[in-house]
Amino acid sequence: MKPPPFTFHDPRSIDEAVGLLAEKDNAKILAGGQSLMPMLNMRFVLPDDVIDINNIDDLTYIRDDGDALVFGGMIRQHEIESSDLVAQKIPLMREAILQVGHRQTRNRGTFGGSLSHLDPSAELPSVSMAQDATITVRKRGGARDIAMADLPMGYMTPSFELDEMVTDIRVPLWPDGHGYAFVEFARRHGDYAITSSAVLLDVSDGGKITRASVTVGGVGPSPLRVTAVEDGLLGETGSAELFTEIAEKCRDIDAMEDVYAPAWYRQHLAAVLTRRGLAKAFSRASNGTEINLK
Amino acid sequence: MSDRRTICVNINGKAYEREVETRLHLADFIRHECLLTGTHVGCEHGVCGACTILLDGKTARSCLMLAVQADGKEILTVEGIAPNETELHPLQQAFQDNHGLQCGFCTPGMLTTLLEFLDENPDPTEREVREAISGNLCRCTGYQGIVAAALDAAKRLQAGT
Ligand code: FES
Ligand code: FES
Repeated sequence: MKPPPFTFHDPRSIDEAVGLLAEKDNAKILAGGQSLMPMLNMRFVLPDDVIDINNIDDLTYIRDDGDALVFGGMIRQHEIESSDLVAQKIPLMREAILQVGHRQTRNRGTFGGSLSHLDPSAELPSVSMAQDATITVRKRGGARDIAMADLPMGYMTPSFELDEMVTDIRVPLWPDGHGYAFVEFARRHGDYAITSSAVLLDVSDGGKITRASVTVGGVGPSPLRVTAVEDGLLGETGSAELFTEIAEKCRDIDAMEDVYAPAWYRQHLAAVLTRRGLAKAFSRASNGTEINLK
Repeated sequence: MSDRRTICVNINGKAYEREVETRLHLADFIRHECLLTGTHVGCEHGVCGACTILLDGKTARSCLMLAVQADGKEILTVEGIAPNETELHPLQQAFQDNHGLQCGFCTPGMLTTLLEFLDENPDPTEREVREAISGNLCRCTGYQGIVAAALDAAKRLQAGT
């Protein structure tokens, strides 16, 4: 189908964009368009105004803040993919981004757009959840920070207001030598994953796990931190047995059910992928050891 | 009352200035306004890849952009790939020689996608080729001929023929 009629705006500054958002009460921000454009073409959304933010230069940066990398909301997925800074400092994001859509969609799709759309199995929201990112949203006359943990309000529903837009994403870094893994299962390369698992581990000299972050995507209505798994890992020494046993806790997550996959299947995938993710992350940690799952 | 704008888009080296409705997507602009019907529209929601073009040298799905967003930009469509009227680009020649197409519906998207891919990965493995075209659906060939064509094209391009 074709997009419904709307009035098109292409502001050149953030102020201008949020000004328009404040004035128009049925407006949509058009970032990379990889989700909004299909929704317009299918007429799932019928905005009166479309505000294209592709011409705002202030939103397309990656900045090294020492203890965090900060991203402009309009940074494209392909720019994240080709950033040495990201590959070096947030290897989890680098591994995840290669599994986001296809090259053609990564050339356009953006970080801020992915967080605003908030698909439960999208990779960048999962990475943001795993790394405890902070999202800055702006509206006319103000800005505020939202912790990633507080961003999802429900299925594909971020907690910011209709007159606010994502301008920056701050992703705190883990220490050098941390273990990481982003593993997902999709029917076809580049499709939205049915389920994914993002794992970060800090491992001490003696091989003990001192910090753990485990996030599953595609199971609940938004990416979920699995605290039961995280807590169970602390102070333990990584082993195939430990990871196999502890990943089973993912089967207790309250899972969604839809035409693509029943709840038990998502829980099963969450357990399997988390087990693999833990093994991979531990093997990669500089103080970890190679773990071979049977 | 429709919202309209005048835009100028450079397609395959030629400037096209048109007044369009702002809601028109880029694939329809290319096909209906510029009459370049080589770019195909399969799904209009970013799934099939048939509408893939190069926008300022990078692949994009033209059904997922508004025409007004391409104002002032350079686009390459399948019509612009061959060096002249009588010769084919090595990638196109490899498609012909390896049965890389049957009905040809997916072909414009396959070619544009592979142009960018082979430019960045001049010596790919079969697996890498399959991954590169994973966003392009073909209902005829079973992909075998397309993969063979891409690998053959890589060799030809490296040999400079
Ligand atoms: S028509 Fe654009 S991806 Fe199918
Ligand atoms: S050749 Fe017919 S769709 Fe690919």
